[in-house]
Amino acid sequence: MTQEQKRSQRKGGGDGDDGGDAGQTSATQKGEKLKEEMDEILDEIDSVLEENAEEFVKSYVQKGGE
Amino acid sequence: MAIAKVMGIETEYGISGLAVTDFNPVLASSLLINSYAGTLRRIRWDYEQESPLRDARGFEPVQERQPVEEDLGLANVILPNGARYYVDHAHPEYSTPECLTPRGLVAHDKAGERILERSLESVERILPPGQRLAIYKNNTDGKGNSYGCHENYLVDRATPFPRIVRDLTPFFVTRQIFTGAGKVGAEGSREGGRGDFFEAEVGLETTLKRPIINTRDEPHADPDKYRRLHVIVGDANLCEVATFLKVGTTALVLKLIEDDLLPDLSLEHPVQALHEISWDPSCRQTVRLRDGRRVRPLELQWEYLDHAKKYVKESEPTPEHAEVLQWWESVLSGIEEDPFSMHRELDWAAKYRLLQAYLERDGLDWSSAKLAAIDLQYHDVRRSRGLYHRLAESGRVERIVTEAEIEQAIEDPPEDTRAYFRGRCIGRYPGSIAAASWDSVIFDTGADSLQRVPTREPLRGTREHVEALLDVSETAADLISGLQGGS
Repeated sequence: MTQEQKRSQRKGGGDGDDGGDAGQTSATQKGEKLKEEMDEILDEIDSVLEENAEEFVKSYVQKGGE
Repeated sequence: MAIAKVMGIETEYGISGLAVTDFNPVLASSLLINSYAGTLRRIRWDYEQESPLRDARGFEPVQERQPVEEDLGLANVILPNGARYYVDHAHPEYSTPECLTPRGLVAHDKAGERILERSLESVERILPPGQRLAIYKNNTDGKGNSYGCHENYLVDRATPFPRIVRDLTPFFVTRQIFTGAGKVGAEGSREGGRGDFFEAEVGLETTLKRPIINTRDEPHADPDKYRRLHVIVGDANLCEVATFLKVGTTALVLKLIEDDLLPDLSLEHPVQALHEISWDPSCRQTVRLRDGRRVRPLELQWEYLDHAKKYVKESEPTPEHAEVLQWWESVLSGIEEDPFSMHRELDWAAKYRLLQAYLERDGLDWSSAKLAAIDLQYHDVRRSRGLYHRLAESGRVERIVTEAEIEQAIEDPPEDTRAYFRGRCIGRYPGSIAAASWDSVIFDTGADSLQRVPTREPLRGTREHVEALLDVSETAADLISGLQGGS
C-alpha cells in the first residue's frame, strides 16, 4: 500500500466510504465511530494503567543526564 | 559533493525502582545491562581516542575526560549487533551501531528498546520478591530533570562550521513539529518534549545551558576528513515515522549544507522560537526571521523540503531518499490540515489524543496526576504495559519496519558500515577481544602484545569488505594475519 493510500484510508476511518454525496449523515456516523474507537482504546488502557497515579508520578525522579 | 550520512542514535533511558529501598539508579543501570550482556561484559571499552571536550569551533579542550564509569567497574559493553550498551550518568544508555539508511537506523533504534525490555525481564529474576525496575524511553521526569536522545551524523570536515550553524538552526527549531515527543504540563500539552531545557544557540555543553547546535568535535573517525555532528536537540521517539523522519530529513538537510544549496533562513531569536514552537501544538504561531519575515514553522519546513526535492532529483535519486521525501511531504501536509490528526505518525499527537480523551471522559484538568501518569506510561518499554506499545499492537500507529527487521537488528550488525566488522568480531571471537570502541577493535590472541585494529573509516569494514575474510578465519589470530596479509 502506498503512503497516499494509507493516508486517505486513515482520514476515512478505514472504511473507504467517505464519498462526497454522503454529507451530514456520514459525518455523524464518522463521529460516532471515532468515539467508539476511542472508548475501546481507553478501556484497553484502563486495564494496564499503573494504580495510584499520584504515588507513581511522585516517585519518578531522575538525575539529569546527557 | 555531499558525503554519505553514516548515522546513529544514543538514548539515555529513564530508570526507576518500584518498592526498592535506597534505590541507586547508577548501580541499578549497571545491574540491568550486565544481566543482559552476560559474559560479553569482560570486553572493555577502548577510551584511547575519546575527547568529548574538543570543540568544533577550534577551541582547545579545557580538561581531559575521566572515564569514571571505567573506574567504578560499571557496565559498558559492546554487543554483537555493533551497539554500545552502558551506564551514562545515572541512566542505561543504548547507542545504536552506525547505520547508512534511515530505515536501518529505525530498526536498530527499535532493537535498543527491545534489548532494554529483555534486560528488564532478566534483571527481574534476580531482584528480591516485590521489587521491580521500570524503564522509560523518554527525556524528562517532569520535575526539571532532562536526559538525552542524541543523534550523530558523519559530516565532511571541509564544510565550514558557521554554515552548519546558520542553515541547521532554523531546521532544528522547526522540525520539532514532527519530532517532538510531547509533554504534559499544568498549562496544557505541548509538542516539543523539552524545548525549555535549551538555553543557548551554539555550545559544547550537554548537561546545562544546553545549545541548539552542539559543538562537540569528536569524530570517532579520521579527523582530517570527517566531523561527527552531535545533535542533542531531539526527543526520544517511539513512533517509527517520527524517528525515520528525524534522521532522514536531518541527513538530507546536512547534504544540502555540504553542497551549499540553502538560502539564509536565520531566525531572529532561535532559542525563543524553539520554546514558542514547542508550546504550540496547533503549529500556527509564527516566528520572526532575521530578514524580517514572520513565518509558521511549517513554512520553513516546506522550504527545506523543496530544496531537498530538487537536490534528490538532480544529484541523488535513490529509493531511500524518495521514501524520506514522501513521508516528509505526507506528514507536513497532515500537519497543515490538522496537526492533531497525526496520531498515527507522531508521538506528541498520539499522546495528546490519549490525554485529551482521558481529560474529557474523567473530567480531569491538565494538572491531574492521572494525566502525568499516562504521559509517563506512554514511554514504558514493556510491550505489555507501555501505552505506545499498546497502540502499536492494535495497529493504531504507522510502522516503518517489520518485527522481523527489529529481531534481526537485535542480533546482527548493519551490513553497510564498519559496525559490521565490530559486531561480527564480537560475535565470532568474543574470547579474543580485549576491548573495542567506535573506531577500534583490540584483539588478545595470546601473542606477546595486543593487536589494535583501527576502524577510522566508517564505510570500511562492511560485509562486502570483510565477510569472506571472517568466513575463512577460524580464530582471531587467523583474522589478524589475514588482515596483515591483505594490507
